[in-house]
Amino acid sequence: MEAVAIPPFESFYAETRDEIWRYLVRLLGRESAEDAFQETFLRALRGYPKLAHARHLRAWAFTIATRVAVDERRRRAPAGTVPELAVEDALPAYAELDHLAGELPATERAAVVLRYGYDLPYADIAAALGSSEAAARQAASSGVRRLRRRTA
Amino acid sequence: MSVPMDIDRTFRERAAAEGILDVAYDLTDSPVGELLLAATERGMCRISFDPEPERAIEELAKTHGVRVLRSSGALQQPRRQLDEYFGGSRRDFDLRVDLAALPSFQQAVLAELQRVPYGATDTYGGLAARIGRPRAARAVGGALNRNPVPIVVPCHRVVGSSGSLVGYAGGLERKERLLALEGALLG
Repeated sequence: MEAVAIPPFESFYAETRDEIWRYLVRLLGRESAEDAFQETFLRALRGYPKLAHARHLRAWAFTIATRVAVDERRRRAPAGTVPELAVEDALPAYAELDHLAGELPATERAAVVLRYGYDLPYADIAAALGSSEAAARQAASSGVRRLRRRTA
Repeated sequence: MSVPMDIDRTFRERAAAEGILDVAYDLTDSPVGELLLAATERGMCRISFDPEPERAIEELAKTHGVRVLRSSGALQQPRRQLDEYFGGSRRDFDLRVDLAALPSFQQAVLAELQRVPYGATDTYGGLAARIGRPRAARAVGGALNRNPVPIVVPCHRVVGSSGSLVGYAGGLERKERLLALEGALLG
């Protein structure tokens, strides 16, 4: 496959910033999303020159944002309680899933939203969660089981 | 819902302040039209007339690295000094330039060019002689034509031996305007 040239960071940032912002607001609420947004793109900028190609750039941005959000949630809710979600109006489909998954533990929630909302492969989800691929798969499936029990 | 402007701006300023950009750039208005200004950690690396930002940032990324980001704070000094220059209150730029990516001949030409003072002019042949290549006037012209940092590196101060303006990558009208501003217009 032909290598895809890595675009200037400005182009990548301009293309992804709005959806990453919306994603972080949904995961963390408006206030915490501000810091998480800065952290997400500063991490992306530091890692950017190390990218081997430009495939999956969008997924890569989501994995960083998810990792930042998971860190932030762990920091905020060490006892495992997950804070109330900020829900925005007129959400696209993945956001409805996000809303449904709102009461899941942070890791399961991130795995479910990334897998079924953003259609990321487990390898990327594992990278986002800082876990193994098997653990990411496990987190997504136990999240789905929990949701089924709740909505049954 | 788009990211709020203040949050976007904060990111751009922080990225520049943390020194993790290869190139910061910005657009600014001037009496010779809109300019794109760009700088690396080492100094100004680009001033473009009639900028097409998308193409310009592709070129910057190729030459200096992919971490190219618009950040107005990082270009504050150059912007202010250019304003002062166009306002007539500044004769010399106190800015570093990053010419490291250029071929050595062009670096030599541009280094010598920076010694031509405000309000003065030099010729292609004169410049060629002063870098020890007296027969390279045409090559000097080529090097000036590809000057990445016009105005600050004053290629507008180089004219033909008869006093004619000859050429300017930004267009002869701009060259004339810059020389008139400096009071160097040959009668």
